[in-house]
Amino acid sequence: MSEPFEPKIVAFVCTYCTYAGADLAGTSRLKYAPNVRIVRLPCTGRISPMFILKALQKGADGVLISGCHPGDCHFTHGNYHARRRWMVFRALLDFTGISPERVKFSWISAAEGGKFADLINSVTEEIRNLGPFDQYQQLIKETESPATL
Amino acid sequence: MAKIGVFICHCGENIAAKVDCTKLAAALGEHPGVAVSVEYKYFCSDPGQESVKKAIRDNNLSGIVIAACSPRMHEATFRKACAEAGLNPYLCEIANIREQCSWVHTDGDMATAKAMDIVRSMVEKVKRNNKLQSIEVPVTRRALVIGGGIAGLQAALDIANAGQEVVLVEREPSLGGHMAQLSETFPTLDCSQCIMTPRMVETAQHPKIRLLTYAEVESVDGYIGNFKVKIRMKSRYVDMNTCTGCGDCMTKCPAKKISSEFDCGLGKRTAIYTPFAQSVPNIPVIDKASCIYFKNGKCKMCQKSCQLNSINFEMQDEFIDLEIGAIVVATGFQVQNTAVYGEYGYGKFPDVITGLQFERLASASGPTAGKILRPSDGKEPENVVFIQCAGSRDPSKGVRYCSKICCMYTAKHAMLYAHKVHGGKTHIFYMDIRAAGKGYDEFTRRAIEEDEASYVRGRVSKVWQENGKLMVRGVDTLLGKPVTVAADMVVLATAMVSQPNAKEFAKTIGIAYDEYGFYNEAHLKLRPVESSTAGVFLAGACQSPKDIPDSVAQASASASKVLALFSKEKLEREPVIAVNNEATCAGCWGCVLACPYNAIEKKDIRDRSGRLIKQVAYVNPGLCQGCGTCVTFCRSNSLDLAGFTEKQIFAEVMGL
Repeated sequence: MSEPFEPKIVAFVCTYCTYAGADLAGTSRLKYAPNVRIVRLPCTGRISPMFILKALQKGADGVLISGCHPGDCHFTHGNYHARRRWMVFRALLDFTGISPERVKFSWISAAEGGKFADLINSVTEEIRNLGPFDQYQQLIKETESPATL
Repeated sequence: MAKIGVFICHCGENIAAKVDCTKLAAALGEHPGVAVSVEYKYFCSDPGQESVKKAIRDNNLSGIVIAACSPRMHEATFRKACAEAGLNPYLCEIANIREQCSWVHTDGDMATAKAMDIVRSMVEKVKRNNKLQSIEVPVTRRALVIGGGIAGLQAALDIANAGQEVVLVEREPSLGGHMAQLSETFPTLDCSQCIMTPRMVETAQHPKIRLLTYAEVESVDGYIGNFKVKIRMKSRYVDMNTCTGCGDCMTKCPAKKISSEFDCGLGKRTAIYTPFAQSVPNIPVIDKASCIYFKNGKCKMCQKSCQLNSINFEMQDEFIDLEIGAIVVATGFQVQNTAVYGEYGYGKFPDVITGLQFERLASASGPTAGKILRPSDGKEPENVVFIQCAGSRDPSKGVRYCSKICCMYTAKHAMLYAHKVHGGKTHIFYMDIRAAGKGYDEFTRRAIEEDEASYVRGRVSKVWQENGKLMVRGVDTLLGKPVTVAADMVVLATAMVSQPNAKEFAKTIGIAYDEYGFYNEAHLKLRPVESSTAGVFLAGACQSPKDIPDSVAQASASASKVLALFSKEKLEREPVIAVNNEATCAGCWGCVLACPYNAIEKKDIRDRSGRLIKQVAYVNPGLCQGCGTCVTFCRSNSLDLAGFTEKQIFAEVMGL
């Protein structure tokens, strides 16, 4: 029996809510899966769809976006921009054949250390079930293989 | 070529127990661009910081990564150390391998692998960090307070008493706001005018306060510390410099039957008037719409009666330009128009009145000199019904929220009525009694137990007239039975709503508001007096329904924020702001739409002969808060966020 697949997940989080929530999970010594790597940004409004694509291209099996709850954004409405952007981008992702299931969106406040730990565990499990993201690598292989009739 | 220093902290056992720091330091030492990679027990300690500084100097490092606790803990510490070692503080990044790694994972190998990814990605980021300078903004030490109610007066006096200049703008002819209209105040039953009017006088006489009444804020430009404000002084038609407020003009004015706004329509005033006897300033204005001269071109009785020649029918509106450092918005509220409750007969039956009208009846300086008399026939009512939540907590009337003060003032009204009309009966229809506040619950209990207010838990469905009585049909939900009360007067505890022009005014000063038109605070819990715009603060009921103690507390809090701002000559801010590449900017203005702070302006690009070539976006560094929403919005990739540039983030992702 081979070892279970360990997915690599990149998380883009805002510094005011979710990053602080992740810190709280740490100071509370909660334990969670070690598969997520966090990129800290000032606000979810800063997150460009290009970041998500870059992460997937680099070999991430999943991407997580998390910020302040609606109405709680430190910058008043950056998270609404992020949400709207995600709604549009999700359709595009689906169209390109990448399962939108690989990108997760959530709200975690600075007080929700427990929720952060639970989310990381559940996202890791869901991505693990989806298996490795290798569509991009295959695509590279296909485009590089000689054309045939 | 980058020369990056990596400093891996053991944090005692906190990190080292899970993460193999020696292995990490060795592996990172091999990473391209890393010149120094060392570990130490506590880098935040004095010797630890010294070793970082020494490494920076000795190796002439171009950037450092501290792999330790959260940047929320020690980013400032190590930035300072960098600056002391001669390295730009923004060339320091923190890799969080404690809160987000060693503390939360059980498997040592997995934790070490994750720590490796985290540090490597920060190394890749710091390679692309730019030297940034903190932004300095000069501060004009003059505050503008908008609104002359209790909140505005408190804020103005607090700021002025601390020695700073204040300009207080009030759009009505007199200071006072709603508090001046009240009779007694809960929970002490002390007379509102007795505590309000001395404050008004103190404000008007204060050497540091410039009072502008009958004036409105026309426009606000600029940013924190440097606002440019235009004020419209509405023409009073009375010369403020010569008028002594003797009142001769008011006694002579033939237009005497104008409904008084101050008395909520229960009293009358003249066309040249002061809103109430204790007005500050005590200088009348001419109400152009009601003045016989302005309507017919004949009269001028006031001018003839004035011995000081103070009346000038030719007066025009004037504009004043002010330079302001901070703004306190204290524009207050209005009571909801009760026309939405047709079933309660407001406007149809003269004896159905609002709570504010009841205040005027109960006020010693009111139209009835403090006697509770029915507006219809001037008789003393023997039975009064109060209806709470008339508008509040009723989504069908557009007000979902609780107006907060109505439970208390209805209990107060019942008490005042009981004290003034002996043997009178009161019925209060309520949903819940919300009496949270110092001495508040005791106050409502007193109304019930000592002044025999009869509380009926339930809503009123209809009010109609029958045999000279107002019939009030409601339900007692505790008994589960319908009730009908024959009353002489019905008082509606109408909702507190935002000012009619609250939303337009918010746009004028550039602050955010909620669906009801109340102004939004920067953070509901942690920054309750700051607006979403730096340098603009909120006080009183313009933010949400509030009673007097809360308004005063918030006003003082705003004043302390203003004074903190004025304590320095220059403001220093983190340089995490958006910057625009003017060469590539196409001027689509998507960023202008995205910016929550109105920080992006249109800038003209001209050639040497002054011809306009194009317009581009310019990010005002004083206003930008650095969220980066505009950067992501930018279609031409011209905008970027200092400290979190596209390059830096892509490098960070590639490093993972």
